[in-house]
Amino acid sequence: MNITLRVWRQANAQDEGRMVTYQVADVSPDMSFLEMLDLLNEDLTVKGEEPVAFDHDCREGICGMCGVVINGTAHGRGDSPVPTTTCQLHMRSFADGATIDVEPWRAGPFPVLKDLVVDRSAFDRIIQAGGFISANTGSAPDAHAAPVSKLKADRGFDAATCIGCGACVAACPNSSAMLFTAAKITHLAMLPQGQPERYTRVKSMVAQHDAEGFGNCTNIGECAAVCPKEIPLDTISQLNRDLIASLFKKDGK
Amino acid sequence: MAITGLALVAFLLMHMSGNLKMFISGEAFDHYAHWLKGEGDEGGILYPLIPQGWFIWIFRLGMMAVILLHIYSAVTLWRRAKIANPDTYVAKRRLAQTYSARTMRWGGIILLTGVIFHLLQFTVRATLFSGTADAAPHEMVLGEFSIWWMVVAYAIWMVAVCMHIRHGFWSAFTTLGANTSLKAQRVLNGCAWVIAILLYIGFMIMPVAVLTGVLN
Repeated sequence: MNITLRVWRQANAQDEGRMVTYQVADVSPDMSFLEMLDLLNEDLTVKGEEPVAFDHDCREGICGMCGVVINGTAHGRGDSPVPTTTCQLHMRSFADGATIDVEPWRAGPFPVLKDLVVDRSAFDRIIQAGGFISANTGSAPDAHAAPVSKLKADRGFDAATCIGCGACVAACPNSSAMLFTAAKITHLAMLPQGQPERYTRVKSMVAQHDAEGFGNCTNIGECAAVCPKEIPLDTISQLNRDLIASLFKKDGK
Repeated sequence: MAITGLALVAFLLMHMSGNLKMFISGEAFDHYAHWLKGEGDEGGILYPLIPQGWFIWIFRLGMMAVILLHIYSAVTLWRRAKIANPDTYVAKRRLAQTYSARTMRWGGIILLTGVIFHLLQFTVRATLFSGTADAAPHEMVLGEFSIWWMVVAYAIWMVAVCMHIRHGFWSAFTTLGANTSLKAQRVLNGCAWVIAILLYIGFMIMPVAVLTGVLN
């Protein structure tokens, strides 16, 4: 396959940045999108040009490190019914000779560091605000010592699959990180270990979310459509329920 | 945003039922209008708990507060989104959003200008085109909706109103925590469609009936 790429190039955070067109020849349809970028970078290196910087790590769709906007959709899902991360998107999804636009996540709280790499430490600070349980760790408890209903366990696990890639923010017209925050809230709200800090957690995490400069949720649904882990929109309703309930609790007041 | 929005939807349902009194008779409509204002012999709503004629002003004050709070919330959300979202993608593709969801903000501004015109027309009676400023309420309604472009303008305005409700109704319940599953999402969106269509038909049937001569 021969691909025309239009890639966002930006030398550093201060640089203005622009789209640059590259030709990538001899692309195998079995390559992942990131392997295709590797191919481009090898070519650029040979030519003595600066390779395109992009985030990646596991390349198995489970670490949340990679993520670029491809042809206008975060992670490049496009028309496919299958949600995906950028690393699990394969070049067979594109036609031979296609022109592909590749851009970094765009959001105020995700400043571009270089090319396709953005600073997602805002997510870390939201987690630090309450996305944890303060329990002494000891030996593993006996199985079934703390029973969890099947329904809650399933919801908790579904929400816990969030890899924090930031696609929800990239796709949101409000640049809201509500789906990310809601996934973390729902994950811990469903499990017995999360109960003691449940209502202080939701207050602190939402406060940190707003302090980071993310926009607010207007229930449009773009986030859930691009989420590689299919975090459902109803987690946001769970966050709202907990937040409303927290107004009537002493926790954190 | 959600609570004030739902209050406004409730008001629209009440307003719609009031309009439909035109189908009973012009007198029934006039009686309703006078009853709201406390101009009837029986003293109006909540009389004698509150003095005659006070209810309408308390209600108007309440409506004003609800609308202002709704606008305040919307402006706050809009400002935050503007700061957060640089909107600089070269390629943009929408996967899930509806036209209604996308046009909530500018659509809301269009609605507001419509509301101002509507109040000037039928409440203040300053912009009546049929010269019925001193006539009974039902004669004023008959006069205004005998003008074809007035009915067209209202039909367009109501499309904007009902689109706003189509997204707003679902969004309000989600914000209040009612979206508990994918099924709930479908049910809420279905309800939003039903209420939007119901309001559209309920509001437009009377002006159309006046224009076509069914009501006179």
